Amino acid sequence: MTPSRRPPREPMPGPIEWLRENLFSSWGNAALTVLALAIIYWTVVPFVTWAIVDAAWTGTGRDDCLAYDGACWPFVMQRIGQIVYGFYDVGQRWRVDIALIVLAAGLAWLTLPRVPGKRPVGALMLTLYPVAAFFLLAGGMGLEHVPTTRWGGFMMTMIVAMTGIVASLPLGILLALGRRSDLPVVKGFSIAFIELWRGVPLVTVLFMAANMLPLFAGLSVNKVLSALIAVALFSAAYMAEVVRGGLAAIPKGQYEAANAMGLPYWQAMAFIILPQALRLALPNIVGNFIGLLKDTSLISIIGLFDLLGIVQAGSTDPEWAAPNTAMTGYVFVGVVFWAMCFSMSRYAKHMEGVLAAGERR
Amino acid sequence: MRSGLARFAAFAAILCFAAGAADAASPTLAKVKKNGYLRCGVNEGLPGFATPDAKGNWTGLDVDFCRALAAAIFNDPKKVRFTPTSAKVRFTVLQAGEVDVLSRNTTWTMGRDVQIGLEFVGVMYYDGQGFMVPKKLNVTSAKQLSGASVCTNTGTTTELNLADYFRANKMKYKVIAFEKNAEVLAAYDAGRCDAYTTDASGLSAERLKLKNPNDHIILPEIISKEPLGPAVNQGDQQWGDLVRWTMYAMINAEELGVTSKNVDKMLKSPSPEVRRLLGVEGSFGESLGLTKDWVVRIVKTVGNYGEVFDRNVGKGSPLKIPRGMNALWKKGGLQYAPPVR
Repeated sequence: MTPSRRPPREPMPGPIEWLRENLFSSWGNAALTVLALAIIYWTVVPFVTWAIVDAAWTGTGRDDCLAYDGACWPFVMQRIGQIVYGFYDVGQRWRVDIALIVLAAGLAWLTLPRVPGKRPVGALMLTLYPVAAFFLLAGGMGLEHVPTTRWGGFMMTMIVAMTGIVASLPLGILLALGRRSDLPVVKGFSIAFIELWRGVPLVTVLFMAANMLPLFAGLSVNKVLSALIAVALFSAAYMAEVVRGGLAAIPKGQYEAANAMGLPYWQAMAFIILPQALRLALPNIVGNFIGLLKDTSLISIIGLFDLLGIVQAGSTDPEWAAPNTAMTGYVFVGVVFWAMCFSMSRYAKHMEGVLAAGERR
Repeated sequence: MRSGLARFAAFAAILCFAAGAADAASPTLAKVKKNGYLRCGVNEGLPGFATPDAKGNWTGLDVDFCRALAAAIFNDPKKVRFTPTSAKVRFTVLQAGEVDVLSRNTTWTMGRDVQIGLEFVGVMYYDGQGFMVPKKLNVTSAKQLSGASVCTNTGTTTELNLADYFRANKMKYKVIAFEKNAEVLAAYDAGRCDAYTTDASGLSAERLKLKNPNDHIILPEIISKEPLGPAVNQGDQQWGDLVRWTMYAMINAEELGVTSKNVDKMLKSPSPEVRRLLGVEGSFGESLGLTKDWVVRIVKTVGNYGEVFDRNVGKGSPLKIPRGMNALWKKGGLQYAPPVR
């Protein structure tokens, strides 16, 4: 019989005991607890009152919202189509639906644990899906052409963010490797590229791409395309620095071990160095993705409406002019952004645990 | 001999000129026709002037002007692609050729007209800068605003007018400027400033969004002339003419009583003015590079100036702005269009 290592169970503390131990263990802690409770009370209660209790829930116009002190939810409900699809033609919205559903299914497949076939699905999502989604959204091959001026809303946010995320990681890895390379041309180019893009604000980049290129160079670039390229290159530069941080944290012995095994450079990187570096860099990579997702709102500077922009524009409709219309829209947008960012950060946390399995022994 | 040569040269010049005039087609119009749609720069969201409605269509006075242009060119007011532009980028967007016309509540000033290569074609809406203050301040005149903090937008003439007005009246003030209307209003509503200044039309619209619209008054002083109108790039006179006469056609239609409802009946009108306007007589549409019935297309699908005004900012809209200066000249306003003759 093996002796159990588990210590004897302590009796469950009673609620008062638990409070005393955790919240009121000293005068200082007691004061902090009271302060925290007060802050929660002063923020959560008014918010819930505004967003739920005093809110208008049904209606068709500003008069229905003027009668209430709280949020004006009918505004969001009536415009949910526009918030998701922008100005996309109503009869063609099924195309966006398909693109979004396939995207959601693909992401779920790739992120949920214990689902088989991640490699082929991932490859399809990275190669076939973007092309298919492009034709689905823009038209062509028998589908009616929908000009990008009619794109907008949640769909635009997803297009810009997904393109940025998918393009920035591989580009960033290449740039990071380039910056640590021994080849002077590659190294110089990587440094110049990274520092150029990190040295200018995204707003400037977008403005230059959309307004200055046509003015000076006479090039008329599609605005959505220029925004996608600008966001992808911009975030690639930031991603490169994050990945470089991960590379720098790998002990020299790992490089030497890889060399000693006779692995060529790319194999050493792909099988020895990068898996470890990316794991170390993962929290920052996801932090970058989250920042990128939120930065998509900056495309409003060049007259493209993302999720935030479309709600902001919609709130100027005089049919809905009421004190809380715009605020309701902003809260809605905030919740959507928060949900997306929070799920990304939770997933990153989960992946950190999975990837760190090798270190728990 | 010499005079003969000179005469020949003059003759040749006249021939060339005549040939030039005959196909004096506007390059912009040619491009618009080739594209199959008009590109129109509008506000990112200004109640009554440019705002997306629940169905995802742009609506408003500025928007309807572009729809009228599209109706005149294509007989289809939907053939417009709207580019929302912020106050700062609007001229760059026009100059870069990203839009064919800028219909974005833009004040016609001498500086803008002669210094930055724009051509304003007319005045779509006579506006003027006013002040809104909370009633509880007991201010009844803008002259009492000395020492006040004033909220406004950045990068517009509003800020300059404000400075001029306070300097002329030897009053002190502090300006608190924001990029977006929503931010200005939020700051004003939160009490960060004593007064809110922007164009009077904007004040009526923003007041609707305050917690208690009736607790705020719009002061009687109008401190600036803000003639808002569409602009095009210099260098294509024919395109400017087309845009200008589209606006005049809408005003003339109102003056002559031609509305979207009666336009078909009006085609049989005996009035020579109506007959010329609607293309029953003359070939004014053709000389713009359009068809004879260009005004019929505009009025039938978009309406005359009065209809467009009422629907977007006037009594048929939540804004309920009185016609005021924007009434026809015959009714005491300033809207006056040269005759089609």
